[in-house]
Amino acid sequence: MPDITKFKVQYDDILKQYVDTFTEISGTVRIADDVAGLKALLKADFDFTKRVVTTLPELQDIAELVSKEQTAHSYDNVEVAVIQSGLAVAENGAVWLTEQDMGHRVIPYICQHLAVLVKAEDIVSTLHNAYEKIGVEDSYGFAGFIGGPSKTADIEQALVLGAHGPLTMTVIIMK
Amino acid sequence: MRIDTTKEHSELAEDFIKDDEKASWHDGALWWIRQKRDIQANKTPQWEELRQAASDIKSNVISNLQQYLIQFEENLTKNGVKVYWADSAEEHNEIVYSILKAKEIDKMVKSKSMLTEELNLNEYLQERGIEVINSDLGEYIQQIDNEPPSHVVLPCIHKRKEEIAELFHTHLGTEKGMSDPTLLTRAARKHLRNVFHSRRANLTGVNFAVAETGEYVVCTNEGNADMGAHLAEVQIASMGLEKIIPEKKHLGIFLRLLARSATGQPITIYSSHHKKPRPGHEMHLILVDCGRSRLLGLKDFRDSLKCIKCGACMNTCPVYRKSGGLSYHNTITGPIGAILAPNLDMKRQADLPFASTLCGSCSNVCPVKIDIHVQLYKWRQEIVKSGYVSNSKSVSMKAMTLTLSSPALYKATGKTGRWLLKHAPFAVNNKFNPWYKQREMPYGPKESFGEWYEKNGKKDGKE
Repeated sequence: MPDITKFKVQYDDILKQYVDTFTEISGTVRIADDVAGLKALLKADFDFTKRVVTTLPELQDIAELVSKEQTAHSYDNVEVAVIQSGLAVAENGAVWLTEQDMGHRVIPYICQHLAVLVKAEDIVSTLHNAYEKIGVEDSYGFAGFIGGPSKTADIEQALVLGAHGPLTMTVIIMK
Repeated sequence: MRIDTTKEHSELAEDFIKDDEKASWHDGALWWIRQKRDIQANKTPQWEELRQAASDIKSNVISNLQQYLIQFEENLTKNGVKVYWADSAEEHNEIVYSILKAKEIDKMVKSKSMLTEELNLNEYLQERGIEVINSDLGEYIQQIDNEPPSHVVLPCIHKRKEEIAELFHTHLGTEKGMSDPTLLTRAARKHLRNVFHSRRANLTGVNFAVAETGEYVVCTNEGNADMGAHLAEVQIASMGLEKIIPEKKHLGIFLRLLARSATGQPITIYSSHHKKPRPGHEMHLILVDCGRSRLLGLKDFRDSLKCIKCGACMNTCPVYRKSGGLSYHNTITGPIGAILAPNLDMKRQADLPFASTLCGSCSNVCPVKIDIHVQLYKWRQEIVKSGYVSNSKSVSMKAMTLTLSSPALYKATGKTGRWLLKHAPFAVNNKFNPWYKQREMPYGPKESFGEWYEKNGKKDGKE
């Protein structure tokens, strides 16, 4: 079996690497300093006349809290979902979301626009670092990396954002 | 275009290149993807070491498959997933049918799964009154056109947007002649949202299955596998035995290689790790053999089980790019398909290992370092030994053997050939000579090397 510890690369500027990569894969990066800044930013970027849901209690004055009591199907008309990830990867722009982060497994896939909050210190360099952080004993039943808005190029290799999942994805980095 | 299942690769390829403009577009589109792969490979540090590590991990899997499969099954069961073993397509399809029947489900949505294409699951279920809709956009397009996918990652890469516009006009009621890729995708999105919303069962393929934890990973860009899985009450996954990887940390290696090799993306948009069913819901996983353990016993060919279905070998292959995936008349097309297919049906697939120039480009881009071109060459020998080559090929090979084993005949044949090319080009430039198709014959040299050496080599008094 090969020794895979040799693959752990450390970027000098992890944040810059993350921002560059995520922008390259058609994602949008925003920076917020605090919860007030985050709210102002969300209000500016998204249409709050439509259904906005979140798993973050600090946002419950501007958005509906995702509830286990509701069925997965009831979230079909969600315009924006705001959730938080505890792990992002600089080399490919992906964020790691467990079902606890999602509230409902379907949330980050069914919404029209996905916004994910990430703390700057939660960004690691590569997938190897990420799996080291995730570990094997994690208690999720479902989790996933999401790296950008859903996309397809099945028709003549023309890139189209918003295949079946979100049309846009914004990562908001909290410094 | 329907595919004539009795035709050989060369005949189907001939049909494909009749539309010169389309064939050139196809060639260019795939080469562009190959170039995107190169950009990613070049900017990823230790790329070659990553390929080697992936290949080594897969070697370990192939040598210890039984042990990992048992470990995987134990962990799945612990996680509350129901596990099934299927030896054949029939067994697999029966299992899926029984799961659906138990819940009285007659409509299922499926995300991309080349395995269930190989097993003809859709047809099997349709015959029993169960409707299956493929939700990956490319696969959906292929399904409504009643055609198999032509590429593992890009199922309808052989179609122009105007053809898709026509299909959507008929099936989804889009405006006639409207061929804008964004608007066509929006139409499919709207239609398939309703499908996801109303289906109680979902089936996905599996990209990687982790023995250590009993979770499996499904990679997509469109998000269709997740829409299907998280809205359905019954979640089914079908996987070939070879999809196992030993430890979770190995996902780091494979997920770094897969999308970069496939489409030149740093990672697929979605890499979903399924471990336990949602409370009150069901999760089923079917482990499929279907010829894989037989392949395991073939020393020269077993490394083809390392394949992670990225499609890089197709994008780079000069024969695939020029002939289109459907000319391979096999579920998995291109170079990797040509080495997997003879194991399934050597007689029917005898032509596929010959659909190659043996240039080796496929082996050079393969993320798990399968020696594809070497295996193509070895399959040719197996096929000839078993007597499955076409008559024209076996007659010309016998003639070649005779000519090459007799110096006098060799000289005479060369002379005749050169004379013909010079004085009577019409004798070779005609439709009876397959090499003349799509090509000009070369000018013949004045003399052979043997003749030249006879005159010049001995001048210096040296033999």
